[in-house]
Amino acid sequence: MFDLTGKAALVTGASGGIGAHIARALHAQGATVGLSGTRRDPLDALAAELGERAHVLPCDLSDAEAVAALPDQAVEAMGSVDILVNNAGINRDGLFMRMSDEDWAEVINVNLTSTFRLTRGVLRGMIKARWGRIINVGSVVGTKGNPGQANYAATKAGVVGMGKSLAYEVATRNITVNAVAPGFIVTPMTDRMTDDQKDRINALIPAGRMGAPDEVAAAVVFLASPEAAYCTGATIHVNGGMVMS
Amino acid sequence: MSDIEDRVRKKVVEHLGVEEEKVTENASFIDDLGADSLDTVELVMAFEEEFGIEIPDDAAESIQTFGDAVTFIKANS
Repeated sequence: MFDLTGKAALVTGASGGIGAHIARALHAQGATVGLSGTRRDPLDALAAELGERAHVLPCDLSDAEAVAALPDQAVEAMGSVDILVNNAGINRDGLFMRMSDEDWAEVINVNLTSTFRLTRGVLRGMIKARWGRIINVGSVVGTKGNPGQANYAATKAGVVGMGKSLAYEVATRNITVNAVAPGFIVTPMTDRMTDDQKDRINALIPAGRMGAPDEVAAAVVFLASPEAAYCTGATIHVNGGMVMS
Repeated sequence: MSDIEDRVRKKVVEHLGVEEEKVTENASFIDDLGADSLDTVELVMAFEEEFGIEIPDDAAESIQTFGDAVTFIKANS
């Protein structure tokens, strides 16, 4: 089950907490992985850890030209892009009334527009191959909202609606478009929280704990797999029951 | 019948799974040959590869029939 041997997966934000786990999990199922991110060092370290079938593809997603070039670079390195995981995301939090146009635009540009551009860039190959998997990493915030994150929440809801629209268009080509929406996941960022802060968050989660990055990666592996062929336009919520839909 | 016409017809037959006789000068990909809008995008991609040309989006939109495709490719390859 969930064998990805012979498939090539491009993962954005692979230098980050969740992204690295997604890349590892896809690699463990046999996929060749393209590790994209802005910071070269963690990507190199991850590629060294994975050994064979790992390629470092640095890309600044706020740079439209770099985003346009990434699909071709990935194809050159891996031969194809069969699986695209749009995981990269930034946040520029602030109260709505005080949110600047810049903070709004920057988050929209990286989280939503670059997802659109990258997806468009890999589609031609997937359509020709009559096989493809697009997986957008959303967030519980895209469903439930979060004070101080109007821009971020808009992009996370945005990739879900965008993905559903594309899912209609390419369903007959065996290309699925789905989302994984994590809740609170243990990352270096949550490690810096005080115990008091963690307790308050855990109280909001029916499971009573934050999630592990591997629990997000497992959902991505499922959606990437041949077994998930009939699953499209869906969102898998990985949030310990924080939001159910 | 020109070589270009033959090659275009072959691509259309391949992609849309229609009989060769149906691919006539005025045959509309969508109305007569059963293509959906994504099929027409794929056909344009196939023409680009077959003839080593770039077909810009606005030109692609004007290619509605087999004859349109042949005319465009003859003028641009």
